Amino acid sequence: MSAHGTAYVPKSRLAKWFETRLPLVGLVHSSFVSFPVPRNLNYFWTFGAILMLMLGVQIVSGIWLAMHYDPSATAAFNSVEHIMRDVNYGWLLRYMHANGASMFFVAVYIHMFRGLYYGSYKAPREVLYILGVIIYLLMMATAFLGYTLPWGQMSYWGATVITNILAAIPVVGDTIQSLLWGGYSVGSPTLNRFFSLHYLMPFMIVGVVVLHVWALHVTGQNNPTGIPIKSGKDAVPFTPYATIKDVFAATVFMVFFAYWIFYQPNYLGHADNYVPANPGVTPKHIVPEWYFLPFYAILRAVPDKLGGVILMFGAVLILAFAPWLDTSRVRSANYRPIYRQFFWLFVVVCIVLGWLGAKPPEGGYVIASQICTFYYFAHFLIVMPLVGLFETPNRLPGSILESVTGPGKQVHGGSGMPVGAAAAPPSKG
Amino acid sequence: MKTTRVLAASLLAVGLSFTAARSETAHSPNPPRESWSFAGIFGKFDQAQLQRGFQVYREVCSNCHSMNLVRFRNLAESGGPGFNAGQIKALAAEYKVKELNDNGEEIERNARPADAWPSPFPNEKAAAAANGGKAPPDFSVLAKARTFERGFPLFVVDAMPFVGYSEQGVDYIHALLNGYEEPPAGKDVPDGAHYNKYMDGNLIAMAKPLSDGQVTYAKGANGEPVVPETVEQYSRDVAAFMAWAAEPHLEARKALGFRVILFLILLSGLLYYVKKRVWADVGGEVHGLQPELHKAG
Amino acid sequence: MANTVPTPDTATGAADGSRRDFLYLATGSALAVGMAAAAWPFVASMAPDAATVAAGAPLDVDLAPIQDGQIVNVFWRGKLIFVRNRTEKEIKELSEVKLADLIQPQADSDRVKEGHAKWLVVYGNCTHLGCVPIGHQGQYDGWSCPCHGSLFDASGRVRRGPAPSNLPIPPYVFEGDTKIRIGEEAGKAVA
Repeated sequence: MSAHGTAYVPKSRLAKWFETRLPLVGLVHSSFVSFPVPRNLNYFWTFGAILMLMLGVQIVSGIWLAMHYDPSATAAFNSVEHIMRDVNYGWLLRYMHANGASMFFVAVYIHMFRGLYYGSYKAPREVLYILGVIIYLLMMATAFLGYTLPWGQMSYWGATVITNILAAIPVVGDTIQSLLWGGYSVGSPTLNRFFSLHYLMPFMIVGVVVLHVWALHVTGQNNPTGIPIKSGKDAVPFTPYATIKDVFAATVFMVFFAYWIFYQPNYLGHADNYVPANPGVTPKHIVPEWYFLPFYAILRAVPDKLGGVILMFGAVLILAFAPWLDTSRVRSANYRPIYRQFFWLFVVVCIVLGWLGAKPPEGGYVIASQICTFYYFAHFLIVMPLVGLFETPNRLPGSILESVTGPGKQVHGGSGMPVGAAAAPPSKG
Repeated sequence: MKTTRVLAASLLAVGLSFTAARSETAHSPNPPRESWSFAGIFGKFDQAQLQRGFQVYREVCSNCHSMNLVRFRNLAESGGPGFNAGQIKALAAEYKVKELNDNGEEIERNARPADAWPSPFPNEKAAAAANGGKAPPDFSVLAKARTFERGFPLFVVDAMPFVGYSEQGVDYIHALLNGYEEPPAGKDVPDGAHYNKYMDGNLIAMAKPLSDGQVTYAKGANGEPVVPETVEQYSRDVAAFMAWAAEPHLEARKALGFRVILFLILLSGLLYYVKKRVWADVGGEVHGLQPELHKAG
Repeated sequence: MANTVPTPDTATGAADGSRRDFLYLATGSALAVGMAAAAWPFVASMAPDAATVAAGAPLDVDLAPIQDGQIVNVFWRGKLIFVRNRTEKEIKELSEVKLADLIQPQADSDRVKEGHAKWLVVYGNCTHLGCVPIGHQGQYDGWSCPCHGSLFDASGRVRRGPAPSNLPIPPYVFEGDTKIRIGEEAGKAVA
């Protein structure tokens, strides 16, 4: 790596020939090799790569499961058990996919909270951030559709409850519901189309991820200080520095992932989903997967069907407005002493909401859900605008380098990056 | 702004007090946690226990409970009760299965190892009709289809390595079979129902299925019984058998998991040093999750 | 502080370099091994599963109802098998064919079980591209493939291309004179 941060120059004649016709290698090179990365990124910044890994794991294991799965109401449950019992390593594929969904959400929540903490949604990264919210929405839809496929009791009743939520939409709700069902209730046609859509949506996610990464490489990465790269000394080239760090972090994450697959494969699921779907009996507690629980608590905090649905969707959509709701000019909460407290309160509220979502909707749980729901929205609608106006931020470091070394010190060696590469986004792509 | 943290903590505490208050009322007691050979990181089934459990299932439970997803051949597969192929062939031949002959007539033939365990009833409706309106649950995945809540903070502990707990369903089955008691005074037990301490709502349609001495186990080499022939032992053995039926690849899963995780930890170690070497070129890397917060200036 | 360690410029001696090379090599190999191992379950899962293998157990076929000259189709492991009760005339003609005239020379007697020359048991898919040849057709009165015109004689031997070889013979044994067991050889079920 003697040519840090330099553009790709094709060497062979074939490479030159190809590059002048489709600058693919140059694009990859500028995005994943010479791309300038702030040198002070902490491990929260490795979750983008971990999410890419998880998306890959889910798509590959999903394609392999689809080779053995039978999406009809009479056969689905048994075909999943056929995978678990008869297919070579079928149990591994299925547990990988089921727990992979949970790990995907673990990683995305860390990624999202990181973005909220360090102000990664602020200008000029609004589009990058909103693409992220869209990916999250697609992930939620994919996960919900996927959870119906084993056609156990939770699959069936989860599908019933969620499709009934959509029926609350005024005027068109009933039509949407019956189009989703393909019948007069959740049944075999529903399962068939859910399978089809579940297979489609990950590829839509891939498409938006490409845009997300593209937008990232136009604006460059945020960093723990929130201040932009000012000189080449603030940055290191993506390869090998960020690459090796990402690979290391992803491997550690895989240890965590493997633990669930091999030792707690059913912990994150529901026992009721090992009971075949039965339209005549509803399980005692209908609870979504853990990653939906905060939204489920918000849904049930309001005693009105339409109101609950609006709040639930609002809770996701409000994320998209964060860039304009936050009035502070400082990005990173590290330098925002008051907002930082509210941020952690927000994290706690989200976790408590998740816990409440698993509890029956009665008595104190409802009141607690209402208090937490209020704070959830207040955090975006009141705290973000007001704190930004009244808070006095701490002094920001002069540069990223200074934040790493302390003021006035120099890093020996380490040539850094050419400033031009840092300032100007790759434009040849 | 320490107040926000205090607020958050109190919110959590209020929530916790709800759970504590709830779990003491309406619910039946949680089954006691038993020790199982197949629990834990290195868990393996006890073959003799699976064979005894199979015997209990076959002689008692299978009169009402189907086990549709288990094939005769499964009983000879590795990680299971460990019968040999000949035993399974002979066992299967004791059962009849229906099929169509070349003229489209339904005939009965001897079962083969590839066949599923035959159901005691021709179909689910017949099973329901013969059992007071509700078919006895199929045994295939029942050990995974039953559980109970342990509440916060135990549910967090249950997910952890070494102290984790994933045999709730097996414990529930074992407890249920031992949970038949005289109903407490004032508890109304309608006809066709039976009082069971561990059943949700304490009423169960199934009459007490096991009694001491009901199943005769094979004797040891010296003619003495190997294990006691008691309800406690029968229920323990059949629960273990059901755990295997629900998760026939459990041993393979745990053994592979150990190797995979060990490999990944070693690889992580190597990658850590590679990363350290690589970053040394630019004066070392920033470590930790938020080092910048702890740096003066 | 790791962040302010001196430049490694002073520490790039040969010993350090080779240690570094070894570290990189070891890590790279471990990554490669890990990825290959991770691919294995995916490949293995595409092989026939346990239920399919178990359902491929040997199959008994009763020969008694099969008339002289009749061809009966049976399926074993999802594959079509022809069981043909050959007439004396057919057997005689087949034994007179000169092996040198054949595309894949094989004596008729090698294609049936000893003492059971009446019974031909062959896989029922053309060795060209897998179509099902039609029985009692073509100038050799064996089989004629409707797809590309391959012709087989009553011994299942290919007599005219494009099929390159004779219809293969599945493993089977005679259990008495009127019963065969397909999928068993020398008293053992084939894998």
